[in-house]
Amino acid sequence: MATKASRSAARVMMAPAVVLLLGWMLVPLIMTLWFSFRTYLPLRGGDQGWTGFDNYVRFVTSSSFWPAISTTLVLLVGVLTITIVLGVLLAILLDQPMWGQGVVRILVIAPFFVMPTVSALVWKNIFMDPTNGLLAHLWRFFGAESVSWLSDAPMVSLIMIVSWQWLPFATLILLTAIQSLDGEQMEAAEMDGASVLSRFFYIALPHLSRAITIVILIQTIFLLAIFAEIFVTTGGAFGTRTLSYLIFQRVLESQNIGLGSAGGVYAIILANIVAIFLMRIVGKNLD
Amino acid sequence: MARAVTNQRKMINTAAAWIIGLLIFFPILWTMLTSFKSEAQAIADPPIFLFFDWTTENYSTVMERSNYGRFLWNSIFIAGGSTILGIIIAIPAAWSMAFVPSKRTKDILLWMLSTKMLPAVGVLYPIYLLFIQFGLLDNVYGLTFVLMLINLPIIVWMLYTYFREIPGEILEAARMDGATLRDEILYVLTPMAIPGIASTLLLNFILAWNEAFWTLNLTAAKAAPLTAFIASYSSPEGLFYAKLSAASTMAIAPILILGWFSQKQLVRGLTFGAVK
Repeated sequence: MATKASRSAARVMMAPAVVLLLGWMLVPLIMTLWFSFRTYLPLRGGDQGWTGFDNYVRFVTSSSFWPAISTTLVLLVGVLTITIVLGVLLAILLDQPMWGQGVVRILVIAPFFVMPTVSALVWKNIFMDPTNGLLAHLWRFFGAESVSWLSDAPMVSLIMIVSWQWLPFATLILLTAIQSLDGEQMEAAEMDGASVLSRFFYIALPHLSRAITIVILIQTIFLLAIFAEIFVTTGGAFGTRTLSYLIFQRVLESQNIGLGSAGGVYAIILANIVAIFLMRIVGKNLD
Repeated sequence: MARAVTNQRKMINTAAAWIIGLLIFFPILWTMLTSFKSEAQAIADPPIFLFFDWTTENYSTVMERSNYGRFLWNSIFIAGGSTILGIIIAIPAAWSMAFVPSKRTKDILLWMLSTKMLPAVGVLYPIYLLFIQFGLLDNVYGLTFVLMLINLPIIVWMLYTYFREIPGEILEAARMDGATLRDEILYVLTPMAIPGIASTLLLNFILAWNEAFWTLNLTAAKAAPLTAFIASYSSPEGLFYAKLSAASTMAIAPILILGWFSQKQLVRGLTFGAVK
């Protein structure tokens, strides 16, 4: 169908997007790789030449590396567990017949559209502040001692804030997937006497497994890169320094570009491992 | 009897869903309410839910004190500019991939998406350095360009999936009637693709509006959009809950409204068509 002329026209039309993205990918990537093999301290002597794999070794042997990895994993697993479990339940609930379904959906989705700096600051001050926060009022109402959320339970607080932001995303996608579930199959199972639980575990959950995988992969990519929420709540203090935040601090705060770039390379590799799985699913869907 | 059971069930569903929905929405509702309180009432214990002296004073304070208009304009310029620029670049690319697919189309699409997975922090310094070199730090044009590049894969992807839904026969018919490539795009394809383009525009405007890595790291005072303006409240002075709430409400209200229109596109745009 396509002629030779339209093929070369197609190539020309694709060129701007391809060239721009290629540049966006390669130029910074090569620079990061380059810096990662050099001792580069802009404020303390500038570029001091090659150091081989020194930065890579120093990044993983520094005392802040393993805590950052564990913080990243705790945040990731915490948020994924909460958003997926609640997301599945919420999606099933929202799929049931009810009055005002459209409005409820809007209420549930809303947090996703709140900019990260706003949700982090609102949670930090208006809800989690130990003296004036709403949660402190609530705790005192029940006669309990108010909690300094962000310093005494920093990870719990952070997971709460981030889960609140991402629950809508999980719910919306799982709801979309549930709506494609065959209603007759469910009814048949119900007539055959399958209990609610067995219908959930043998029909609904297997049907959702693909959507759940996709939610996990996409959220993982975004959660590995979480920044603003930490930046405005704790600034990386109280053990909330994730891998991304550690790299940010090495690069912009302590201006150790070589070390930070080596960390950046690790982060890129980590993200790519996740991306490969995601791309495989997306690719299968393209055919 | 069966009907009664269904109705009862429906009532339970409705109650449960509304309670959970309101609970999830509550932080936003509370912020909006607090923005109309006085600072003293904003921290009152027990909290006042509705029966306080409504005032719009916080809004005027925020606007006067912080030059809110400039931040708002920066947000509009950066989010709008990056989205429109991205769409202009993406339309021809998505068109050719949808209508003149080759063996490599799939690989190119997947590669484009994979650039979206590059962790920003991994390339923070190179971009920072390039921005200094070209004098783009704290410059709205520089930020617009970066956000365009960040969202370009999603824009290409969304347009591609919309374009693919347009039947190819119509294009062939137009070609038979002697339409040139330019005519084809301008008069046949574009009108049919407008709904898809509009949805893409909407979702990517929202994503760019809320972007909070590059906007925080590449701006200072001049080019800062609302994300950075709100972040400046993280070192508070005195009582500021009501003012923080007013500033937050202004920053999120327009996007909440747009967002509610884009629910469907959200699934398409953010799962790359893997969930339908």
